[in-house]
Amino acid sequence: MSIRVSNIEKRFGDFVALDKVTLDFPTGELVALLGPSGCGKTTLLRIIAGLEAADSGRVLLDGEDASGTHVRERQVGFVFQHYALFRHMTVFDNVAFGMRMKPRAQRPSEKQIRAKVHELLDLVQLDWLADRFPAQLSGGQRQRIALARALAVEPRVLLLDEPFGALDAKVRKELRRWLRKLHDELHITSIFVTHDQEEALEVADRVVLMNRGRVEQVGTPEEVYRRPATPFVYGFLGSVNLFHGRVDGEAVRVGEDVLPPDALTHESGTFDHGAEVVAFARPHELDIVVDVASTAGVAARVSRILAFGVTARVELDGINGTTGQHFEVELTREQVAALGLAEGQAVRLVPSRLKVFERETTGAGAGAAA
Amino acid sequence: MSGAVAMQWSGAGDGAARFESKAATRETPLVKWIIIGLSLSFFAVFLLMPLVAVLVEALRKGWETYLTALLDPDALSAVRLTLLAALIAVPLNLVFGVAAAWAIAKFEFRGKHFLITLIDLPFSVSPVIAGLIYVLVFGAQGWLGPWLSEHDVKIIFAVPGIVLATVFVTFPFVARELIPLMEAQGKEEEEAAVVLGANGWQTFWHVTLPNIKWGLMYGVILTNARAMGEFGAVSVVSGHIRGETNTLPLHVEILYNEYQFAAAFAVASLLAMLALVTLGLKTWVEHRAAAAHNEKQDDAS
Repeated sequence: MSIRVSNIEKRFGDFVALDKVTLDFPTGELVALLGPSGCGKTTLLRIIAGLEAADSGRVLLDGEDASGTHVRERQVGFVFQHYALFRHMTVFDNVAFGMRMKPRAQRPSEKQIRAKVHELLDLVQLDWLADRFPAQLSGGQRQRIALARALAVEPRVLLLDEPFGALDAKVRKELRRWLRKLHDELHITSIFVTHDQEEALEVADRVVLMNRGRVEQVGTPEEVYRRPATPFVYGFLGSVNLFHGRVDGEAVRVGEDVLPPDALTHESGTFDHGAEVVAFARPHELDIVVDVASTAGVAARVSRILAFGVTARVELDGINGTTGQHFEVELTREQVAALGLAEGQAVRLVPSRLKVFERETTGAGAGAAA
Repeated sequence: MSGAVAMQWSGAGDGAARFESKAATRETPLVKWIIIGLSLSFFAVFLLMPLVAVLVEALRKGWETYLTALLDPDALSAVRLTLLAALIAVPLNLVFGVAAAWAIAKFEFRGKHFLITLIDLPFSVSPVIAGLIYVLVFGAQGWLGPWLSEHDVKIIFAVPGIVLATVFVTFPFVARELIPLMEAQGKEEEEAAVVLGANGWQTFWHVTLPNIKWGLMYGVILTNARAMGEFGAVSVVSGHIRGETNTLPLHVEILYNEYQFAAAFAVASLLAMLALVTLGLKTWVEHRAAAAHNEKQDDAS
């Protein structure tokens, strides 16, 4: 089933949780709503489910306006962040709940219910836990039971609110892969909310980036990572180095220093001479030049070299025009050795690729090397 | 007993062991035994001794006097009235208490704090005042008195007045017990039930009620104990008509004032036994509730 939300607005007092959000969720896709806490992603999910009412705007389920439909009749499956399993019921009764609550005329027989529950427990690979109580399960098991319970009423869409938020890193990764697999089997239109960019990029078909109640960008994981549309998206997805500067002809001037014009990507667009801009570069898009006589790039001082992984990370502090800023450069260990870097050494940073945005008055949000 | 309705969730043992095993929080044996000695002797003198005294005095003139006092028609009528008052007050407060707790824990509305204060009113006001309020409203010289006597309805110095006064003084127990419990549990499970297609009644019956049942039980036990033991408010509205408007506590007072000590203590021993049964039930419910709570704690971790 396709979902469409149009012009959704929601306020809590003076706080604008959602500011005229319009989005399309095509049938059968797994979409991630990604953003920092307080960006409105959970509110949007709850509005789609019907647990919350929008101040204005419409929710269309399969092209039909669902704004007047009660949660009960929307046929959505909702998985809560803290599972919300019924603690006084066994796993079996939890999963059977939705079927048992149906009006008598539509209620399946107890035998059919039993068959369906076991089928679902098989699907989440936890049939052996049917007689346990939620308190006796691990976090990952509870989350899978919550999913089985949501699927029991044969929902037309599946909505998951931070489904892995309360789990530890290892279980999270496992469940992530498992959810993707499950979705490939069931092909049910699904939306999940997360603040973890890695999770969103890894699991979803499409990612919706949200900030301060607005949609910043919608696209496949690759699109949003490779071609961030806004400074916020650039800063939110992965580590980033940030330069505040001013357009000077073809180049960008940062304090006394000049960023090389050939690094500017063409999708940056054109800027007026003297425009205030912010330029972004990923840690692997910065080169370190140890030659003190060089005037290319930006001056910085090495503060720490972290060389324990496959790649080495060099942390630097800005000097001259960029004092107080921090930079992060990713190199191979061989490169670090070849450069002969030492902590405290003055070097120059030369970006090989830069993405430039006009400076927003509200600030770009992310700091350098976020 | 009015203030002490907070439920003891965790057994005292494990908490104490944590203090004693740490050098930083351990006290010298002298301090330890002085504190234990003080609290135990206070307990013995003020709580245990009266209980023993009641039983000793009741049986001083032998079993025969004891049984005669209990089987006296006036005593039996007092037992009946006490049971009747409790039988009406407890279910009423069960319904009102759940409704009030539900309203406070699950809804936002104007005047919520006022409602919380109102629920506590019977605790903060003297029971005698509570009784007087009913006399002022329903009594012969009260606001509604003339209208009531015109229609031949008797409330004050009759059973309805006693029931009203009992309902009033026992009102906070169930609500006070449930409000923190329901607030702590939040509304996620109810939301889950609604998303799964349950209607309001199904959600209450299958999800909310099972989650609050031990707290509810505890509130009911306390309500019942207070309903049967209430003296002040009931004394004001009862009129002390023997065999008609005397409850057990009032009957004890009358017997005592007539110097029938053995009989007074015999009837009092009934109330003492009620207290013991209540205590036993309360401990059992606390135990079950603590077990349920521990499960919940695991659930949250």
